[in-house]
Amino acid sequence: MPTVSVKRDLLFQALGRTYTDEEFDELCFEFGLELDEITSEKEIISKEQGNEKAEGASDVILYKIDVPANRYDLLCLEGLVRGLQVFKERIKAPVYKRVMPNGEIQKLIITEETAKIRPYAVAAVLRNIKFTKDRYDSFIELQEKLHQNICRKRALVAIGTHDLDTLSGPFTYTAKRPSDIKFKPLNKTKEYTACELMNIYKTDNHLKHYLHIIENKPLYPVIYDSNGVVLSMPPIINGNHSKITVNTRNVFIECTGTDFTKAKIVLDIIVTMFSEYCENQFTVEAAEVVFPNGKSSTFPELAYRKEMVRADLINKKVGIRETPENIAKLLTRMYLKSEVIGDGNQIEIEIPPTRADVIHACDIVEDAAIAYGYNNIQMALPKTYTIANQFPLNKLTELLRYDMAAAGFTEALTFALCSQEDIADKLGLDISATNAVHISNPKTAEFQVARTTLLPGLLKTIAANRKMPLPLKLFEISDIVIKDSSRDVGARNYRHLCAVYYNKNPGFEIIHGLLDRIMQLLDVPPGEKKRGYVIKASEGPAFFPGRCAEVFARGQSVGKLGVLHPDVITKFELNMPCSALEINIEPFL
Amino acid sequence: MADGPVAEALLRRLEAADGGLDSAELAAELGVEHQAVVGAVKSLQALGEIIEAELRSTKHWELTAEGQEIDREGSHEARVFHSVPPEGLAQSELMRLPSGKVGFSKAMSNKWIRVDKTAADGPRVFRVVDSVEDEVQRRLQLVRVGQAEKLGEKERSELKKRKLLTEVTLKTYWVSKGSAFSTSISKQEAELSPEMISSGSWRDRPFKSYNFSAHGVLPDSGHLHPLLKVRTQFRQIFLEMGFTEMPTDNFIESSFWNFDALFQPQQHPARDQHDTFFLKDPAEALQLPMDYVHRVKRVHSHGGYGSQGYKYNWKLDEARKNLLRTHTTAASARALYRLAQKKPFTPAKYFSIDRVFRNETLDATHLAEFHQIEGVVADHGLTLGHLMGVLREFFTKLGITQLRFKPAYNPYTEPSMEVFSYHQGLKKWVEVGNSGLFRPEMLLPMGLPENVSVIAWGLSLERPTMIKYNINNIRELVGHKVNLQMVYDSPLCRLDAEQGSPQTQETT
Repeated sequence: MPTVSVKRDLLFQALGRTYTDEEFDELCFEFGLELDEITSEKEIISKEQGNEKAEGASDVILYKIDVPANRYDLLCLEGLVRGLQVFKERIKAPVYKRVMPNGEIQKLIITEETAKIRPYAVAAVLRNIKFTKDRYDSFIELQEKLHQNICRKRALVAIGTHDLDTLSGPFTYTAKRPSDIKFKPLNKTKEYTACELMNIYKTDNHLKHYLHIIENKPLYPVIYDSNGVVLSMPPIINGNHSKITVNTRNVFIECTGTDFTKAKIVLDIIVTMFSEYCENQFTVEAAEVVFPNGKSSTFPELAYRKEMVRADLINKKVGIRETPENIAKLLTRMYLKSEVIGDGNQIEIEIPPTRADVIHACDIVEDAAIAYGYNNIQMALPKTYTIANQFPLNKLTELLRYDMAAAGFTEALTFALCSQEDIADKLGLDISATNAVHISNPKTAEFQVARTTLLPGLLKTIAANRKMPLPLKLFEISDIVIKDSSRDVGARNYRHLCAVYYNKNPGFEIIHGLLDRIMQLLDVPPGEKKRGYVIKASEGPAFFPGRCAEVFARGQSVGKLGVLHPDVITKFELNMPCSALEINIEPFL
Repeated sequence: MADGPVAEALLRRLEAADGGLDSAELAAELGVEHQAVVGAVKSLQALGEIIEAELRSTKHWELTAEGQEIDREGSHEARVFHSVPPEGLAQSELMRLPSGKVGFSKAMSNKWIRVDKTAADGPRVFRVVDSVEDEVQRRLQLVRVGQAEKLGEKERSELKKRKLLTEVTLKTYWVSKGSAFSTSISKQEAELSPEMISSGSWRDRPFKSYNFSAHGVLPDSGHLHPLLKVRTQFRQIFLEMGFTEMPTDNFIESSFWNFDALFQPQQHPARDQHDTFFLKDPAEALQLPMDYVHRVKRVHSHGGYGSQGYKYNWKLDEARKNLLRTHTTAASARALYRLAQKKPFTPAKYFSIDRVFRNETLDATHLAEFHQIEGVVADHGLTLGHLMGVLREFFTKLGITQLRFKPAYNPYTEPSMEVFSYHQGLKKWVEVGNSGLFRPEMLLPMGLPENVSVIAWGLSLERPTMIKYNINNIRELVGHKVNLQMVYDSPLCRLDAEQGSPQTQETT
């Protein structure tokens, strides 16, 4: 969930009233926001870097507000205020207009070289804007929030904003060999080639995260003006030449990306939020984008869409009984201008360009419910009549767990993920013999594979509890995972039962007795006949030679028991004899 | 019959004594070890109020073994003096005497003897005086007869330094008559025996009283794991509410069932390598229900079912990618898909509790794997009010009655609501679960009828367990680093019985 940090007093000033922290928290809760933290720059620096560094930092109070991940229109102070003011019916939702310039329209021409790396671009102009320090900071911060969220860390969309008065169109969006791109990047004093920049930014804590997006591509995206000035090398850095400042009056905005829909949404959000500060409030100057195929479109789209939803559907989905007029009012408070039309039950809802999250009637239903107040909805129990069933494997597991504890064994709960070493090397096996599924992106060795046996987890549990009095008697009934090409995903779980006895003597007879008890509980008689069970001498690298037996039950091998090999004991950092049993319980279902 | 001869003697003397008697004096009088008297005192004390015994400690001086030798035979220096005849003695010979070395230097410094180094056969020792006073022996004799106090502090400490004296603390009892004093006490029986029962002798026997403040001996037993005890209770609650358990025994899931089927777009951050464990082997799902896959593809890329869709290029390769399921909602999707294939539609209530996996940063409350609890109801005409009603019943069974609901965003539910409960310990509202109505873009491609709504909610098993058992670090609860003592000691899980101790960890 993105967190937006706003100055409290600035927020209250924009809202036209003040709140206590509790009141504002309550308002957030009702609207679906969360007042996560009340802090200040000073406090943040002091927390992260110590009191000394915080000296002199601002102690203006900041509200950190968690915003739902799909509400891009609430990612800045301007949007939050507009959303809350409309919600509280203090203002009407503004109407955003795209206007054609008096003179020539700004053009962005896309060349075909961009197709393989970053094919989409859209653009717009904010004309006669008036920044202040706070507005400017918010403008920069919104771009950063969009980059981190909908833009997927600039992979899907990257935003460049420029002082239009320093440039001269038309602009060209193309892709070039990195060695052929040379410009003075933002906040640097000399020119570098793209190759040099990629090297320099490897150590830049902010920019290093974006390099991978284009790093290994033969061509890098780049935007020039008609004089060959570099506007930006998306998604990495803008040029210094067209840098915007507090004094910038005309802003050229370009969004490039690999996802056309999201690029259009991002552009819409930026211009709707900041056109508030233009001389003609909430108007945005169009820009023309010429595609490689020669066709062209004007942006921003700023599309208003109409949806038709019946009032009774909303009542039925939420569980309320409101008149269509009231529902239209509720929706209007949620920035969705609505009116009752037709037979008096139909509601026409206008979805503004700021509400890209509304893609289905269910989104409209939710907004009606939020405006109604979730906590005002009458609770009811569904009349759904059903008979409950347990999943048979879990039912058997539950029954066995109790009797394992009754037999004196204590239940462990170990991780399903572990290292290759745990399931192979430490048990004297080669990893290829385990048939384990392998994880491609483990952060540490602890998450290399899914376990193929419960034994390592139990032995590690003993190792972590060596100070406990002996004997240690542990068990676990849980799932292991094995590759299986007959399953849709190519792997399956098996429910295993594993038990270990750890003491000064190996206690094979105790583990054997436990097996006998389990078979008694499962109603499997001893002997090979009548679907009974037997154990037969066997061997396995994890067991001491001559002290291992295989368990056959109901005509199939279900597992092994025996005294563990001293090498296994040592590798798990243990020093006492240990016997173990591990069986698959699925044949007993 | 008294408890041994010493105890008997003690009681008899005590009867005659005026006030009481000292255990050490009694030992001396009886000619037994003091320890024997102490034993008798203790055994009499155990019988109740027969005697009263007050522990006293006294200090006195005793001779060491060497001190006793000097007391008997004189100091080393005196012995050296006496062994020197008037005609003198060769120094080498003198040194061979038992007291030679120590005694020689002392006798020299006392100026009792002298050495003639010019003698013909080597150095020779002669007396200087005719007779000597053995002051050391005299002082030690005083100590022996119990008159150590006649010596000055300085004299005593000098003897102590020479390891001839030692100060000992004697613990003695001052014994007096108890409220139930009697000389004729009989031995109390420790325990009832089969013989006593058969002979009936228990009727005439007194029995030792039990110490009820001592702890009992814990039974040898196995123990269930606390987290799984809580799991059992949650299963029970769902079963009581008529919910059927979904199969969840597949940790490996395809991206399709884990994300795409839930209308979670392919660029969603949860599908990032940083959040999800993907598989290297088997890297891809082998089979997918292709008809259904096409419907899912359509709704993602073009919309449909009343939806605008996400309008992006949906890729089958991305959906095939295998992973460790990140939520049990993948299993719910499979269950709902199966339900959708049954015609006509029959309402269903499902639940599951099982492991899920996240490739996240680990801390005191987050592990790479945890258990998710999920409830699902599918029926015609379910409302948000129904969801809240079911949640109220569910949480009431957990002992949580103060609930409120906050609008939230989940990719696959709309409307969505986070469930908050008022925590008495923290004095604030804490999030206890997440819930919502599954999106039509998820349900309709499965083939569920249009007027069927599906309400669902989820929470983790670990958090309520940590609160219940007051555990701050999740590693003490889950995984091999578990504290077995905690497992041994953990009480029954009765979720509705009482609130756990105030929770101290972070709430999210």
